[in-house]
Amino acid sequence: MSVAGVASSLDRTGTRPRHSAIVRITHWIAVLGVLGLLVSGIGILISHPRLYWGETGYVGGDSLIDVPIPFVIGPSVWNRPIHFFFAWILTLAGLAYVAGGFITRHFRNDLMPGKTDLRWTSIRGLILDHLRWRSADTTAAGTYNVVQRLTYLAAVFVLFPAIFWTGLAMSFGVTSVFPVLAVALGGHQSARTLHFAFVVLLLLFVAVHILMIWLGGFVNNLRAMITGTLSPGRNAR
Amino acid sequence: MSNSFTRRKLITMGLPVAVGASGVGAAAYLASRYGLIPPDHNGILGIGETLTYATQRLLTSKHSQAREFKRSDISKIAPVNGPHPTDENYRKLLANGFKNWRIAIEGLVRRPASLSLEDLQRLPSESHIILHACEEGWSYIAEWTGVRLASVLDLIEIRPEARYVVFEPFPNPSQTTGVVRLLGSSIDMADALHPQTLLAYGMNGEALPADHGAPVRLRLGRHLGYKNTKYLSRIILTDKISFRGRGTWYGGI
Repeated sequence: MSVAGVASSLDRTGTRPRHSAIVRITHWIAVLGVLGLLVSGIGILISHPRLYWGETGYVGGDSLIDVPIPFVIGPSVWNRPIHFFFAWILTLAGLAYVAGGFITRHFRNDLMPGKTDLRWTSIRGLILDHLRWRSADTTAAGTYNVVQRLTYLAAVFVLFPAIFWTGLAMSFGVTSVFPVLAVALGGHQSARTLHFAFVVLLLLFVAVHILMIWLGGFVNNLRAMITGTLSPGRNAR
Repeated sequence: MSNSFTRRKLITMGLPVAVGASGVGAAAYLASRYGLIPPDHNGILGIGETLTYATQRLLTSKHSQAREFKRSDISKIAPVNGPHPTDENYRKLLANGFKNWRIAIEGLVRRPASLSLEDLQRLPSESHIILHACEEGWSYIAEWTGVRLASVLDLIEIRPEARYVVFEPFPNPSQTTGVVRLLGSSIDMADALHPQTLLAYGMNGEALPADHGAPVRLRLGRHLGYKNTKYLSRIILTDKISFRGRGTWYGGI
């Protein structure tokens, strides 16, 4: 990012930090939660690396996907309490983020696309620019473009809730009260398979997220998410 | 520094702290009052275990039941984890068709009992077609027939201070290696008195097979497979348990 870019973004946003405290704090707690869930989730998956559809699924029956790795059963008993521990961390951080996002108008100001932005021509223009490796430096604008806004909104309000739902749908305690959570998905094994599928989508999002941060200036973006400002000495109030 | 900035900071920083503090306070109050602390509440992971157990106990009632299925849904294969007991006593009982098998029910009860298979079968029987899911990820549907644990607990008259029911399988002394072991388990009174909690002696219309825990195993509607102790030899009612097992004590998630 150029110095002029930083200056113009500060001019436009005035005293407002790039990311509010609630966004920064919950972002890093969520990173911790996702990492813990990912490691323990892989540990649970490899104890039975086959995916099924419907209510039932077992070795000897039909499967949907056979993940080509051996069955590793040993550590799985520890992965479950670790998984639920980090699930609570992520859930509480997520709730705090969403509540804070509404209170501070983060969603309305930073993430809701404008009406004109939602036109197909402007979205197509953005996508074409990206494909030509132009305008990856979106931080210069001090705001998110429409593709970024829609992607973040989808991650927050579709992807994470879908992972949460499909996870809960595997709990017999939860489905004894809300059987529809499992039935609507096609059954216990469908919930497990969808849990896996949504996590793959989330990892895709994370990969693109990190790539874009890299292309947009890794150090500056990282600093913005830690301190709230884009570069030292420019945090004029 | 403008006022609006101070107010924003107050809201963004103060609200989560206030919500967190009052949440912890309310949770502690509820937990102590309604017994929402599980036996594996210790340590870092115990925080998650406690939150899960407390939430599920507040969410589920003794009436909320696991989903039941049709006979036509019963799986062709019912996979088995874990070995048979190698206990000499168990092998003699198995060879004799469990004619001399008896289950001891003791602890915090007014009338400790030792019941035979026939004693259990004379009590009202019922069947449930439910999903059996292993923590590893696989699952099958089967029909289980037996007597409600609640009916047996009525007979022996539990004392009011009883909080947990502990299930002991026949031992497996020869087993020194392997990760899949014969597991005992314990449940709270909400699950012990639950209408789908059976001492099961039948499976899919036949006597419970040796692979699935003959002569009698525990069957819980709302728990994963590892809580459903096979090859039962003893049931103990107690007011506290020290959970030295691995993994999660509560198997409803």
